[in-house]
Amino acid sequence: MTSTASLRLYLSDVLLLARKDLKLEMRSRDTVPAMLLFVVSSLVVFHFAVPSTLSSETERTVAFGLLWIAIIFTALLGLTRAFVAEREQRLLDALVMAPCDRSAIWLGKVLAVVGFLVLAEIIAVPAFVLFFQGVSAVTVAALVLANLGIAAVGTLLAAMAAGSRTRELILPLLFLPLAIPIVVGGIGASVADSPERFLGFLALYDAVFGIISWAAFEYVVTE
Amino acid sequence: MAALALAFYWVPSDADQGFSQRIFYVHVPVALTAYACFGWGAWKALRLLWTNELRYDLESYTAVHMGTIFGVLTLATGAIWARISWGIWWSWSERQLTLFLILFLFYSAYFMLRYSLEPGPRQARASAVYALFGVVLIPISFLAIRLAENFIHPVVFTERGPQMAGSMFFVFCLSFAGMLGLAGALYQIELFGKRLDLRLQELRRVRV
Repeated sequence: MTSTASLRLYLSDVLLLARKDLKLEMRSRDTVPAMLLFVVSSLVVFHFAVPSTLSSETERTVAFGLLWIAIIFTALLGLTRAFVAEREQRLLDALVMAPCDRSAIWLGKVLAVVGFLVLAEIIAVPAFVLFFQGVSAVTVAALVLANLGIAAVGTLLAAMAAGSRTRELILPLLFLPLAIPIVVGGIGASVADSPERFLGFLALYDAVFGIISWAAFEYVVTE
Repeated sequence: MAALALAFYWVPSDADQGFSQRIFYVHVPVALTAYACFGWGAWKALRLLWTNELRYDLESYTAVHMGTIFGVLTLATGAIWARISWGIWWSWSERQLTLFLILFLFYSAYFMLRYSLEPGPRQARASAVYALFGVVLIPISFLAIRLAENFIHPVVFTERGPQMAGSMFFVFCLSFAGMLGLAGALYQIELFGKRLDLRLQELRRVRV
């Protein structure tokens, strides 16, 4: 088999797995509505958490912090659900035994998670504009880059957590220290004078952690 | 110990910071030793994934354990130094300490992960992957903190080499070597103890 043909096979596996997740979500509607409701309600809670006596400049900076915190926690909400179907139906064992590359399982799940995140942000960003202030194109670009990083790292950690006794409890503990650079890059891109450096940093994060997660997934799911 | 004695009695006091500067000979070697332990743990983790030999799991775990202990010591000595130099226990503008706080959270999660997985090859591999994430997180976080913060930590090492008098540099190296030796010894003892524990459990199981 030539390398082009095997690459095509790999990609078709990935797309099939991602489609499976999206179809499951379309039927059950468990995760995405919860994420949408969560992101809007956390923005409302944040409005009351910030004192109204701040100067407009400070408020502007703080508001972007709130947006990024809301995104990270919403992503966490979605990630805790990412492997629930696989675990409850013992599907992961079957997938691991299936004649496809294990990293294809990871990539398929990453695509599905990115899809959920984009849906959540399609609601979150207009809500943020409505409640707080406008966002620049740079912030949107940073969100796109951050989605990739969150999904890449989060999917691997969610698979790890799914095999443990304390599943939902442990995922935030594993994920948040790794999410700090994403928050730094995102907020920097939103408020700093030279956002290119922060976008570059986010891209670097995506590349580095994407490659390790891609390579490491096999070790996490096999017995 | 000898290095500590030298650090207190022999080295000339820093012109700028005076006596308090001497904590430098404890703080920085401890921090570097913690990095060395994390690096060693990640190397053993890589060996585990590479060769699939489970004995590396215990070695990696012990190294991370040592690293976390030295990391907590770094946070403590750093806080004391900050209190003496700037009059505050904690300063977010000090990069190294912020980095160690992130690492402390990260490696605490490592222990949580370890204890919530059933012992076996799966636990070993998941822990190894997480330990590998740790060493990648160190430079990435450092870059992140650098991008996020301003800078007031005194710079001693620059591209032109260490800006210290000969005797100061000597004591620093000695202290660093001492800390590494201490970490190595603790690592060996801990590893020995853990192996003994495992062996004991095995023997008990055989008897029952």
